[in-house]
Amino acid sequence: MTNQTETNVDPRKIVGTTGHDWDGIEELNTPLPRWWLWTFYLTIIWALGYWVVYPAIPLATSFTKGVFGWTSREQVVKDLEGLKNLRGPMTAKIETVSLQDIEKTPELLSFARAQGAAAFAVNCSPCHGAGAQGFKGYPNLNDDDWLWGGSLDAIHTTLQNGIRWDANKDTRTSMMPAFGKEGLLKPNEISAAADYVRSLSGLPTEKDADLKLGQKLFTENCAACHGENGEGNQDVGAPKLNDKVWLYGPEKATIIERITLGGGGQMPAWSQRLDSPTIKSLAVYVHTLGGGQ
Amino acid sequence: MANLTPHKPSLWHRHAIFEKNSIILIIGILVAISIGGLVEVLPLFYLKSTIETVEGVRPYSPLELAGRNIYVREGCYNCHSQMVRPLRDEVERYGHYSLAAESMYDHPFQWGSKRTGPDIARVGGKYSDDWHRDHLRNPRSVVPASIMPGYPWLEQTPLNIAHIGEDMAVLSVEGVPYSQEMIASAVSDAKTQGSADDGSTASFLKRYPKAITRDLGGNGGKLTEADALIAYLQLLGTQVDFKLYDDKANIR
Ligand code: HEC
Ligand code: HEC
Ligand code: HEC
Repeated sequence: MTNQTETNVDPRKIVGTTGHDWDGIEELNTPLPRWWLWTFYLTIIWALGYWVVYPAIPLATSFTKGVFGWTSREQVVKDLEGLKNLRGPMTAKIETVSLQDIEKTPELLSFARAQGAAAFAVNCSPCHGAGAQGFKGYPNLNDDDWLWGGSLDAIHTTLQNGIRWDANKDTRTSMMPAFGKEGLLKPNEISAAADYVRSLSGLPTEKDADLKLGQKLFTENCAACHGENGEGNQDVGAPKLNDKVWLYGPEKATIIERITLGGGGQMPAWSQRLDSPTIKSLAVYVHTLGGGQ
Repeated sequence: MANLTPHKPSLWHRHAIFEKNSIILIIGILVAISIGGLVEVLPLFYLKSTIETVEGVRPYSPLELAGRNIYVREGCYNCHSQMVRPLRDEVERYGHYSLAAESMYDHPFQWGSKRTGPDIARVGGKYSDDWHRDHLRNPRSVVPASIMPGYPWLEQTPLNIAHIGEDMAVLSVEGVPYSQEMIASAVSDAKTQGSADDGSTASFLKRYPKAITRDLGGNGGKLTEADALIAYLQLLGTQVDFKLYDDKANIR
């Protein structure tokens, strides 16, 4: 058992033991290394200093503000102002110069493209893809096939106001009718129209396809938006149907689904989230991806 | 170095009592932690400056609350924080830093402490409902490199809102200002919010100003868990109008 009365000393006689003894096993009472202890004391002193200079201790109605008077909220305002000053001259130019002139000035163009690329990665790539290549229902922005127009101004308007984004009153709107769901066309008519749509871009159609009926239905129901020959109409965001670029896909089943459900894709209006130089930079970035008009 | 007399009761050796007696050690730890808690946490409940006064923050609508419950149930907070810190890079990426007032009706708050995915404190209005649907079903259908798991069952599970009024009653005990009227109309309010105008939209909006109301599936009479979750996600970070918020006045 423990031997409390006398302190045992280890054979080298450097430190004593704690006095505990478990079946003959004793525990040396080796003190903590001095460097460790002093580091520990220093952290305590550091903490005291911290209390004095930074906001620390809550009181009855407020808290100790610290002699530095530092607050994280003031700091971030300062940091953001610093950033603004850093980018200031360029941003100011982007803000005032017209979109066309930004593209004509190499210095502004490279700044706008860099800013646009960064903003695109955060805000746009989850829908349009990291390389703006698009996904089913989300258009590819690299090609020259535009739903709403590929000029700088058209792209800028699309970004500002969004597409079918009700929270913005100037948003681009139009809805393809739900021909199937609303019972405007019968299933066999939808099938015929789908075959006709495929024929517009030279895709093979089914053997028993009634292209005559399809054409008639197309002229009556679809041409107003998609054009007599499926050339599309950017005023209402109706895609070209006579080319190889598809928003949803060329398979007959996909086309039937489109005609059945109608509707249209939505894109947020960015004027509510991003500032005007960023949106201009984005417009320039998208325009210079390859398909700008 | 040598320490041959550990039993002489000098002040430097008093700690031996903590090291040799686990009960006393536990009591010591409790006392130390309670002091920390009392000094640092308790005042947050009475200091008026803790929560900014801002306009626009309202309690969750029943549908949003149901969505929030699903968010918690599915553990989305394990990968997503809801707290934009006042740091330059975060403000640049996500928008205005989060205010305490924005989560004052959250019990418990969803600030989170881990970001495997991005912060979603301001995700409201960033995407369309359809994108959220695609993304929840299979994140890789829209973000090929995503490591977020898919939640395809959410859009197949009908939303059970029978008990949402009880949730609201409990929250009102915790201080969320739900009125009797709000609690009584909880179930019908949830249906109204998930439908394009069904006649009661105006009175719903009086109770929950600026809530989104659109056909999230309610018009077919079939609200799903995904619909509720989307109503919640679309609200996140949209309540305070930061054009009207004065940063400098709220520096503290
Ligand atoms: C919620 C998903 C989503 C996000 C985020 C998004 N978009 Fe879109 N965008 C769409 C959809 C869907 C369309 C096609 C709408 C339609 O069907 O008419 C579109 C269309 C466009 C168009 C018009 C294309 C054309 O052919 O006329 C441009 C330009 C565009 N987006 C750029 C952007 C940029 C730049 C961003 C980032 C600031 C962005 N989008 C973010 C979904 C999104
Ligand atoms: C009110 C105008 C309007 C009418 C009428 C209309 N469409 Fe459309 N259509 C659109 C719009 C707008 C889109 C793009 C939908 C979107 O952006 O999601 C579209 C998309 C499509 C697509 C998908 C194209 C792609 O690239 O994937 C097909 C196919 C289509 N329409 C076929 C038809 C057919 C067939 C009819 C007639 C039966 C028709 N549309 C009538 C406006 C219209
Ligand atoms: C394993 C971690 C993980 C879990 C769990 C998770 N997410 Fe995610 N989430 C991610 C990652 C990574 C991303 C970024 C890639 C992407 O967009 O898919 C992301 C992106 C998102 C985004 C888009 C954010 C933005 O601003 O681009 C939303 C919204 C989202 N998640 C919602 C949810 C919801 C709701 C749940 C619970 C049902 C959830 N997440 C669960 C990892 C996760």
